[in-house]
Amino acid sequence: MTQSFDHPLEITGTPPPMVSFRNVCKAYGSLVVLDNLNLDINAGEMVSIIGPSGSGKTTVLRMLMTLEQINGGVIYVDGKPLTHMPKHGKLVPANQRHLRQRRVDIGMCFQHFNLFPHMTALENCMEGPVQVLGMRKPEARARCEELLEMVGMIDKKDQHPSRLSGGQQQRVAIARALAMRPKVMLFDEVTSALDPEVIGEVTEVIRKLVSEHNLTMLMVTHQMGFARDISDRVCFFYGGKIEEQGPPSQIFGNPERERTQQFLSAVREAI
Amino acid sequence: MFDWKWDFVWEIMPRLLVATGNTLLAAGAGYAIAIVLGLVFALAQRGPSRLLAFVVRELVEFIRSTPLLLQVFFVFFVGPQFGIRLSPWTSGMIAIGLHYACYLSEVYRGGIESVPRGQWEASTALNMSTIQTYRRVIIPQAIPSSLTGMGNYLVGIFKDTPMLSVIGVAELVHTANAIGSEHYRFLEPLTLVGLIFLAISLPAAGLIRLLEGYVRRKLGM
Ligand SMILES: Nc1ncnc2c1ncn2[C@@H]1O[C@H](COP(=O)(O)OP(=O)(O)O)[C@@H](O)[C@H]1O
Ligand SMILES: [Mg+2]
Repeated sequence: MTQSFDHPLEITGTPPPMVSFRNVCKAYGSLVVLDNLNLDINAGEMVSIIGPSGSGKTTVLRMLMTLEQINGGVIYVDGKPLTHMPKHGKLVPANQRHLRQRRVDIGMCFQHFNLFPHMTALENCMEGPVQVLGMRKPEARARCEELLEMVGMIDKKDQHPSRLSGGQQQRVAIARALAMRPKVMLFDEVTSALDPEVIGEVTEVIRKLVSEHNLTMLMVTHQMGFARDISDRVCFFYGGKIEEQGPPSQIFGNPERERTQQFLSAVREAI
Repeated sequence: MFDWKWDFVWEIMPRLLVATGNTLLAAGAGYAIAIVLGLVFALAQRGPSRLLAFVVRELVEFIRSTPLLLQVFFVFFVGPQFGIRLSPWTSGMIAIGLHYACYLSEVYRGGIESVPRGQWEASTALNMSTIQTYRRVIIPQAIPSSLTGMGNYLVGIFKDTPMLSVIGVAELVHTANAIGSEHYRFLEPLTLVGLIFLAISLPAAGLIRLLEGYVRRKLGM
């Protein structure tokens, strides 16, 4: 677990990958959840992560969002280390200050939305810009109303989350994350907790993001059709590792690995 | 029949009303201390310093497991031996405020722990600091589930103010006792004090329920 790799202080290249996992390890006690993960994501790329339950998909996003510490390796964002910081010419684990500086580039949407229940939709969106970015309220309101408009929630902007359906809450959550102007957006099974009839309204918003914004996106999903439609690349996770990755046409049309084939046929049968 | 004297009642009423003011003041000031200090104790137990968390945890346990009366005596009588000479009022406020701060810190802790983990994660994803997260996200949501406990302890602190009579704070029981000794009549003053406590406690409990509902609605819960 404590394998020592010589990681560079910065990733060069023109341009460097927007996100780079280098030999990333994560374990809970003796349970290894991410096993020496290497993954580069280019700026503007939409990468989907698929795989069986417990294969470490959520963990990848949580580590990138710095919700928890990794046990080994380094994650870089935009060429600069996220989980570590340079000190005396070496990388050491990041402190809170470094994390807060570097985390601004990343936004995340959760399976269960996690909206703030005591704030209205608009207040949820304005919270980050006003409190964290120090933006003035009128400016933040304008930005957030524009985003709520984009996700089709402007007419519900003064409602509290408890008055909104799951699909509506998730669209507000997407607007809330976008209000911070992240370079990288993470989606963790954002449609899994939704009733089937409202899944479309959320996937439509994500489609719009892909076509109209130059965001880098990493999405964990169980919706194979959706992943096939919008991804530039699909990663199939198995046991904390990337078992196979490639363009959607390859992964869904002509998977090479047996585990990928088994997983996909099991998923198809379930439908 | 009782030997109840109405003219005696009217005679002592002004003194009892002043004492009621003192009781309310003691309860209010003690509660204000407890509310703030309780939050400090609750946060310290969740803070980054293991040592501080341990010390505060032990202190809270210690205070919760010893009688308030003993703590009142301790602050007032033992303090001077260490050169800390405090008035009855100051000693009383420290003792009762500290005592109830410990109970309230447990209420807050419960409230804070009842906020789902996803709220912390969403706050981190918005890059909020720990302090911002507590102030803007966690504490506002911890309040509704803490209100019942907070209300109960407000009534509790009010009913415990007579403990301060032992060090000479002129609250209701102290005053009733003084009147009784002066006139050799205890029936009227003590009965009146009981009625005054009842007349305040009962409506207060009702008001607290109303306030709870109001705050919950206000927070959109
Ligand atoms: N906080 C935790 N403590 C212990 N085990 C965990 C924790 N979080 C996740 N795990 C375990 O890590 C593994 C991968 O979890 P996760 O990344 O959520 O999988 P996926 O999203 O692919 O279903 C699972 O076996 C899960 O039980
Ligand atoms: Mg998951």
